[in-house]
Amino acid sequence: MKFTLPLLFAILTVALIAAGTIHGSSTAPASTPEGAVQSMFANAKAHNFKGAYSYVAPSSNVDFRTFQQDLQGRDGSLRTYSQLEGADTRVLHESDHDALVRTELKYSTAVGAFYDTRDLKVVKDEGAWKIDWSSEKEAAVPPQVIPVNYLRWDVIRRSADDDWGAQNVEGPHIRILSMNPAEHDGAVIIMGEVENEDTVPAFVSMGAVLVGKNGQDIASESSFDKVSHVLLPKEISPYRIDFPGIKLANVKSVRMKPDTTLVPASADPVIGVLHQRIEKDAKGRTVLKGELMNESGQIVNIPHVLATFYDNNGRVIWVSDGYLDHALLPQTAQPFAVDLRDELAANVHSYRVTVNQYSLEHQE
Amino acid sequence: MRRIVFLAIMALICWFAADSARAAELRLPQDAVAGQPMTVGTSGSGDGTLYLIGPGQIIKHEVKLGNSIQIKGEELHSAGRWIAILRSGAGPQSAVFWVKPGQPANLSFLARPSRVPVAQRNGISGTVFIFDKFNNLITQPTPVNFNLSVKGTGVSQNVTSQQGVAWIDASSGPKEGAAQFVASVGNINVRRVVQQVASEPCSGSLKMHLAQRNKDNIVVETDPIRDCSGNAVPDGTIVTFTETDKEGKSTVDARIKKGVAKVELPASDNATIDVAAGVTLGNELHVGGGR
Repeated sequence: MKFTLPLLFAILTVALIAAGTIHGSSTAPASTPEGAVQSMFANAKAHNFKGAYSYVAPSSNVDFRTFQQDLQGRDGSLRTYSQLEGADTRVLHESDHDALVRTELKYSTAVGAFYDTRDLKVVKDEGAWKIDWSSEKEAAVPPQVIPVNYLRWDVIRRSADDDWGAQNVEGPHIRILSMNPAEHDGAVIIMGEVENEDTVPAFVSMGAVLVGKNGQDIASESSFDKVSHVLLPKEISPYRIDFPGIKLANVKSVRMKPDTTLVPASADPVIGVLHQRIEKDAKGRTVLKGELMNESGQIVNIPHVLATFYDNNGRVIWVSDGYLDHALLPQTAQPFAVDLRDELAANVHSYRVTVNQYSLEHQE
Repeated sequence: MRRIVFLAIMALICWFAADSARAAELRLPQDAVAGQPMTVGTSGSGDGTLYLIGPGQIIKHEVKLGNSIQIKGEELHSAGRWIAILRSGAGPQSAVFWVKPGQPANLSFLARPSRVPVAQRNGISGTVFIFDKFNNLITQPTPVNFNLSVKGTGVSQNVTSQQGVAWIDASSGPKEGAAQFVASVGNINVRRVVQQVASEPCSGSLKMHLAQRNKDNIVVETDPIRDCSGNAVPDGTIVTFTETDKEGKSTVDARIKKGVAKVELPASDNATIDVAAGVTLGNELHVGGGR
């Protein structure tokens, strides 16, 4: 009896070592559709793209380079800065020859977790299950010259040699158009809209301080990326500031702390948001869908969508955001979808979508 | 006899005290001005050292007691409270005197803001601090002229400084442009530029029309966008076009270029298009469906 516990621990240790040494990028033929999908993404997670490619059915007619780009991303998109964390699979349909497997992929990125859901067709090929990989079709933009003659704003500030009374360039003036507190998922959420009412570009940060019933500050937060930081003249951006773990009932007042700086900026690129509509996605969740159209000539590497939802009275009732893991190529539409809380969907009377953009080549 | 000796000693003491007091006598001017020569008179005999200690400055002179000392204008920089100390064999003596600032020579002119919408009441402030050539604040009341003009037309206002400061609040003019804001004291002028910029777009001028209809898209363009004073709204200002049809809603944030904003929207057989710049709404346009 006195050896039972050490023996158990020894067996457990050996089992754990064995489990750890099993390489996640095995390329053994898959005996089930789900197994094929799991094996392919396990190899992709381990950056063994050759191994992952071995699970692609030859009938897919996709070359290795294209397949690798589909998984790793291209054009400096968010996908190129991400790491696959895991894949959850569920068989939607299965027969002797083919199957449909819903795969929920989770990536870790610089801006947080990114989720992607794909319905993958799996076929039986010479006794083994393989994925019928449908490559992402890249729209071919015809060769052309797109003249870019939008404005730039450059800033010359006062120098150290100037008289102390010499004026500096005035900081931009912004206006908070609305501010609406709400409570959701155990957090106080401050949301609204802010406008650059000046004639120069502004870099805007939105902060807020919650004041408790006793008049003491109880929390201070900023909107981080839930705001368009660079606002051109008369541009309006939503903002959302989350205070996790605080109840609205404990808050007496909110002190807004907007911060602005005059920054050099470019009026390019222009991104159109087309065909916006509220729908249910494959999982039955309410989402705002649409397409982004890059109307300029340069690639927008990481687009960021901010959606503002209003009720009947024009009050901001929710601000949602989402990154696209695909770059926006010039003159090419790219679909997007951002979440909308299901319980709010019935109250949404109108909405507005704005797009942030981060470009590697963009010089401001 | 003893009484005579006592009286003689007392007389000597009094004579010595009177002589000592006479030696330490300093005659200081009542109207010293920074940058102008000043004379300090002494009495007594023998050698001594005169120290003049002022705000941020010390002047030292070797003196022959009984003579006057000339302090050059270039030496006397600082206005304010000074202490004169004369050290001699009879011991140090001191006196306080005041130095006034000289004539206006420098102006520090704070004009705020550097950028202001047109026709804004009391939107511009100008503050002048008046200094002499040694940067002493001139606290005597001094007339200051403020002139604010755009393209030759403007307003002028005279203000008398108080405790070295003069200020005005002025309204911006009705026309956009670089306003020349000049503060003058005598023949000293300091110029600042206040950029008067167009105000909010006027809802009456925010009008759009269908400029072109293609197979896949339509081009919508605004008329020249102006504020309610008739000034062109600056290029780069965001104008939001929203097209609503059965496919959903499409929005494009266009930038004003050469006074107008132009945008391509998806073609539709029945759509409503709205336009807005900031919080200003423009007209509504119906396209397709024979309208």
